[in-house]
Amino acid sequence: MMGQPLEKFCRCLPCMPDSAPIITFDHVDKFYGDFHALKDISISVREGERMVVCGPSGSGKSTLIRCINGLEFHNSGVLTVDGVEVFEASKHIYRLRQEVGMVFQQFNLFPHLTVLENLTIGPIKVRKVSPPEAERTARKYLERVRIPEQADKYPSALSGGQQQRVAIARSLCMESRIMLFDEPTSALDPEMINEVLDVMVELADTGMTMVVVTHEMGFARKVADTMVFMDAGEIVETAPPDVFFTNPASARCRAFLDQILDHG
Amino acid sequence: MSLSEPSYTPKGRSLPQRQPIARAVDSVTFSIIAYAVVVGGIVWLAYSGAQAMGYNWQWYRIPQYFYSFTEDGFQWGEISVGLVKTLTLSSIAFALAVVMGLIVALLRLSGLVVCTAVSVAFLELIRNIPLLVLLYLFYYVLGPIFGFDRYWASILCLAVFHSVLISEIFRAGINAVAKGQWEAATSIGMSKGQAYRYIILPQSIRFMLPPMTGEVVHMVKSSAIVSVIAVAELTTIGRNIISETYMSFEVWFTIAAVYMVVTLILSVGVSFVERRYAVET
Repeated sequence: MMGQPLEKFCRCLPCMPDSAPIITFDHVDKFYGDFHALKDISISVREGERMVVCGPSGSGKSTLIRCINGLEFHNSGVLTVDGVEVFEASKHIYRLRQEVGMVFQQFNLFPHLTVLENLTIGPIKVRKVSPPEAERTARKYLERVRIPEQADKYPSALSGGQQQRVAIARSLCMESRIMLFDEPTSALDPEMINEVLDVMVELADTGMTMVVVTHEMGFARKVADTMVFMDAGEIVETAPPDVFFTNPASARCRAFLDQILDHG
Repeated sequence: MSLSEPSYTPKGRSLPQRQPIARAVDSVTFSIIAYAVVVGGIVWLAYSGAQAMGYNWQWYRIPQYFYSFTEDGFQWGEISVGLVKTLTLSSIAFALAVVMGLIVALLRLSGLVVCTAVSVAFLELIRNIPLLVLLYLFYYVLGPIFGFDRYWASILCLAVFHSVLISEIFRAGINAVAKGQWEAATSIGMSKGQAYRYIILPQSIRFMLPPMTGEVVHMVKSSAIVSVIAVAELTTIGRNIISETYMSFEVWFTIAAVYMVVTLILSVGVSFVERRYAVET
């Protein structure tokens, strides 16, 4: 892990040409029946890059990140994650998913397991880590998301913000190298959004590769290296945040930003 | 908080109460009385009907069929032996039915065309044959072919018949688990089998327990049908006793009561288990 000042310095750079791409979409198309969900997507995410994807609902942002860990499969084109090509028949798909953590809008914690068990079941059953070691890791990450005292409770006893932080810790426990966030704060009460965003900002500071679908533009401005705007299944605009927010090239993107930043 | 403190008096006016008659009708006492009147009426009708046809009640001869004390000491009676047979028969059949039901449900949900087709064909085949005919098939056709006796014919028949019903319970229970649970399990790298075992099935248990209870009760009751191929269970014993003693009223009332007690105990027992699994989502 690099020192804090250097991290901060790296974050100021709009892109990091020195690190290699870890996620690459090459002319990827995705259909749901007749519906064209992703249209000729070509984009790449470098290791350590933090990409924020925004766009109106139904624009394909969720589909885009769900393709990255194979929750959905694209129909044509090449999608490579961490050097492995993602497709349904791939033998490496389970291996790959261990490297890619995902945080969902609805948290999706396992309600029949305690918080601690939620965090250890993946490492124990999938990664074959020994239970004591898995528990040690779990407690470390609970500390990191600032809810070590909730370890033995069931998810239903936690607030939405706490549940989402547990979900983030669950992904971290898999020691993933890439983290995907699918609208992580959309289902939260307003007063809990910041506690989750704070954890995500800290995570960004550790140099984790992150792809975040969100409408939280304050967060995006703070952590994003790259902003992506999607509409109707296409990537309309890709730009560093300072350009994206002040001077977007496309009219569609400008209209979208006007709408969501109105009340900002 | 403040409402429960004695010092607090509500400032708003108190709300009008319901009519006294409506409250009385809704009360527990009234329900018990009404229940007693209905049940008493039915019993009285049956009894007076039997009196009218000059039936000679011999209830005192019934207890010896449960247990007796002879010079050899305590002995279980025929009804008790029959009850144990009924219970072992239904529990073996139920265990088999659960295993088969789970397999059928998983095949159906596998998403593979062949597996789905096989399980649907099995389902439709069994569901559209009457239980009695299925029993005859197992005893007179499959029994001689595969060489199993009437006891195993009846167990297998009940297991197959109920596996179909149980597979539907499994399917509904598995489908009732939120889709997000699959996605979460998948996203931490679990295979389909691991997701079923550690995430999906444990959660679907609480959806499946209530209909499963019904199925256990149903199994105990439908096991009575194997009396037609003379497996010595409760109903067969009842018929045998009657052919010796001609006490048909007493014996059938007793047999019915025994079935009822057993199924009631099962229902109560499972409702305790249900509470154990009542996890909030």
